Amino acid sequence: MLRFIAKRLLETIPVLLIVATLTFFMMKLAPGGPFDTDKATTPEIKAQLEAQYGLNQPVHEQYFNYLGQLVRGDLGPSFKYAGWSVGELLWSAFPVSLELGCYALAIALTVGTLAGIVASLRKNTVTDYVPMMFATLGICLPTFVTGPLLIMVFGIMLGWFNPSGWDFASDRVLPAITLGLYYTAYVARLSRAGMLEVFNQDYIRTARAKGVSKWRIIWRHSLRGGLLSVVTFIGPAIAGLVTGSLVVETIFHIPGLGRFFVMAGFNRDYTMVMGTVLFYATLIILMNLLVDIVQVWLNPKLRFE
Amino acid sequence: MPLLEVNDLQTSFHTRNGIVRAVNGVSFSLERGETLGIVGESGSGKSVTCHSLMGLVPQPPGRIESGTAMFDGKTDLLACSARELNVIRGRRVAMIFQDPMTSLNPFMRILDQLIEPLLTHKLARRDEAVKRAIEMLELVGVPDAAHRIRSYPHEFSGGMRQRVMIAMALVTKPDLLIADEPTTALDVTVQAQILELIKRSQQQLGMAVIFISHDLGVVSGFCDRVQVMYAGRIVESARTEHLFRSPRHPYNRALQKSIPALQPKGAALYTISGMPPDMSRPVQGCAFAPRCEFAVEACRVREVPLKEVEPGHRSACLRVQEKQLQWEGAHV
Repeated sequence: MLRFIAKRLLETIPVLLIVATLTFFMMKLAPGGPFDTDKATTPEIKAQLEAQYGLNQPVHEQYFNYLGQLVRGDLGPSFKYAGWSVGELLWSAFPVSLELGCYALAIALTVGTLAGIVASLRKNTVTDYVPMMFATLGICLPTFVTGPLLIMVFGIMLGWFNPSGWDFASDRVLPAITLGLYYTAYVARLSRAGMLEVFNQDYIRTARAKGVSKWRIIWRHSLRGGLLSVVTFIGPAIAGLVTGSLVVETIFHIPGLGRFFVMAGFNRDYTMVMGTVLFYATLIILMNLLVDIVQVWLNPKLRFE
Repeated sequence: MPLLEVNDLQTSFHTRNGIVRAVNGVSFSLERGETLGIVGESGSGKSVTCHSLMGLVPQPPGRIESGTAMFDGKTDLLACSARELNVIRGRRVAMIFQDPMTSLNPFMRILDQLIEPLLTHKLARRDEAVKRAIEMLELVGVPDAAHRIRSYPHEFSGGMRQRVMIAMALVTKPDLLIADEPTTALDVTVQAQILELIKRSQQQLGMAVIFISHDLGVVSGFCDRVQVMYAGRIVESARTEHLFRSPRHPYNRALQKSIPALQPKGAALYTISGMPPDMSRPVQGCAFAPRCEFAVEACRVREVPLKEVEPGHRSACLRVQEKQLQWEGAHV
């Protein structure tokens, strides 16, 4: 197992190198640069700025310089936020997005799996239809609809929560629900389908023939197989959840990571783009590794492969 | 008092395409220690009969429409509560299934699955249960049982898995074992071993066995008594030697004529023409009449109940009951 993890971690290095290279050259190919603004800048000032950030060197030299920095763990200075390094910016905003993402994830896993399991047990009854209808709604409705709707009902009409902000514990509730709704809905559908599939398996019939109680059949015989697909889905989803959502963070005025992802591109903030892309790629790779580990733990058949 | 007495069992499936009457008024009884074979082609209702007794018919779409099944003269398996049924299932009545590759839980160790009946029915504490499980696994011929019991099902071959299934069924020393085509999915050589194993275990434990099969050869060597099912009904029931030597129903006779090994070399194989009836439509008269070479008008008019035609030999053929048909000797 340790060898497997070490091997997988080593494999991430070439993947990240490819991601870095592609992003770097695509960024250079895009028209415009970090110091093009609406206001006219004198060519001298622009040239001086470019010299300061090393943009006047040949592209291949810039590339190898950047890789050199990366190896030392330095993501470089931000071209847009003077005086800040990309690392500092990411680390200042990441905890906020991470916290929000974790709440959303917790909602998705608890509410989603519970709703899915209950629906699967009461297949084709009201207890199945109602949660699954909400699940379909949750998958269909985008956050820019659910967010303002929740603010209107619970923030303004009922006054239970602040409409926006990130100052009190209660400020976490509405954004977490908004962000988690889609994932909750998806997990609910996946776990319902997974459980139903397991209930039809021959080995569940065997367990019933042994006189095993209904609850033990669910808990001991069905859950592992039934929730495998949830694990597969939730791994990459975690990477998306904890790196923040521009929409949710904008709606609720949350100082998270989401805005950096989008704004860096608009600003041609080269190092920031590289930083966010590499950060996201690393998370995705780690989460996929985590999924594989959990799957091996859940499914004994995989332990030999 | 018989160990099991089934009376007028009717099970149907309510599907989108109508009601499929899978079992249509089946009655039989079983003595302690007896081996009863149930034969019939696919869809004749032999598996559904046993699944109904074990409460394993998925409901919906399945439904037990009527009938009683008195177990040990006390409990009606078809009417008792889930809790009562769970006291009997796996403890006094055990079941093994057709496909050993899918009948064991792939996510649980053999050990945990083997001791589960003992723990569920509170017959032993865990350490005692593990000991008995290992003994049972050795008994069914799994080599190196103490070590292999910690494996997962996918580490076993099909034959070995069926041995595990048998060990799991027998670990509680049940009064009745229902074997639903236990050898159908196995190689011929392994088949013989598994049959031998069931037979030996039966003698050691003195339990009754209901043996479901579509293989007449297997049944003939194994069972005390055989009943033939067709279209959800029992059409003939007799002691094994009588059933094979002097068939008293055209369907049974036709089945035996279609065993390929008994044809002269080069001769065309005997087949029963036509198809089994569509069970979602009501059947008028004898269900086999449309395929029967001896059918007369009266066969198609009214239902023919199963009646004793000779001591211990029951048949649901009108013409046999009226002494118009008689065959002697096998494969006439």
